[in-house]
Amino acid sequence: MAEVAVQHHGVTSPSAAYEPSLFGTYSKKIGMWLFLLSDSLTFGALLYAYSYGRISIPNWPTPFHSTSIRNATIMTAFLLTSSLTMVLAVRAAVFGKKSAQLGWLLATMACGMGFVILHGREWSNLIAEGLSLPLFPAVPHAEANPEFVNVTKTVPQFAATFFGLTGMHMLHVTLGVVYLGVVALRKKFIPILLGLWLLAWLATPAYSPFHYGAHVLLVAAIVCSVILWLKPKVYDASDIEVAGLYWHFVDLVWMFIFPLVYLMSTRII
Amino acid sequence: MDEVQVAIAENVAEQHRHHAKAQFFWVWGILLVITAIEVYLGYQNMEAVRMLTILMGLSIVKAALIIGYFMHMKFEISRMKWITMSSLVFCLAMMMVFFPDAFRIIHLGVR
Repeated sequence: MAEVAVQHHGVTSPSAAYEPSLFGTYSKKIGMWLFLLSDSLTFGALLYAYSYGRISIPNWPTPFHSTSIRNATIMTAFLLTSSLTMVLAVRAAVFGKKSAQLGWLLATMACGMGFVILHGREWSNLIAEGLSLPLFPAVPHAEANPEFVNVTKTVPQFAATFFGLTGMHMLHVTLGVVYLGVVALRKKFIPILLGLWLLAWLATPAYSPFHYGAHVLLVAAIVCSVILWLKPKVYDASDIEVAGLYWHFVDLVWMFIFPLVYLMSTRII
Repeated sequence: MDEVQVAIAENVAEQHRHHAKAQFFWVWGILLVITAIEVYLGYQNMEAVRMLTILMGLSIVKAALIIGYFMHMKFEISRMKWITMSSLVFCLAMMMVFFPDAFRIIHLGVR
């Protein structure tokens, strides 16, 4: 079908000198797919490392009580719903329904932010209870849970792989929300992003990893400002579809992290 | 985008217009049901390797639904499907070379 389109439109165009698309779709979509394939290998390596530890360490801890599992299940529902709203945003974009497109994109961002907030809250609770990494500052006046302190001492691989894997995913979700914000609101999103950065930075205590992690939003705001300044444009349906591919990938990766990290470490009473 | 890219993008958008909205709700519902099954299995006292196999099997089904419908791969040309998916599966399968070592450790113990 792509060849038909090329012949039809390429009669008077210099682009006709080029070969038609090998994959039958436009180049930025192929570019995103190639990026996602390479990114899936990064997550694949982290997931395999976690699985290796889970299988090879007989006393692998199972510290996640029903509260954690409930929290992670709600997070999963948030991501699955965000994928639905994203695909509806793409559909609205191809039909040219601008207001519906904006609404669905904002709904997707809201679900993504809900996921990050729930995940951040869970991280903070786990760190306060004693499941931590050496690089995290100690939480003052926190009552450590002996179970988590024991896990950190006896099986350090658990905390390392847990925070490494889920942290990498949380970073992807955060950047996904920024990406969708830029596509949906363009320049109007930059002050919102700066506001979110200030909120995340000032509202978190100095010992929290999110206090420093919030600076990701500042870096993202600078990068997005430069991109929007260098190449200002109205994002069309193809841009929404490419952004959607990234968002679905983030959802897809969580479909492996959730059972591996949480359900395989459920505390059965 | 140049004219060729615009023409291709319009062609892709035309394919999207033929997809019913209900289809996406069905996929979303199935994904939620599979998630519920996974949570139920998480509370069953099963051997780790068996549990891992079942949960990964269900996750692969979920991944296939997301890639196929939400990421639109089901509707791409076969060349696109085969080149991207086969290279991904091949690379991820290569990483499995580490698993026999993990099984060896758990069966024989670290010396």
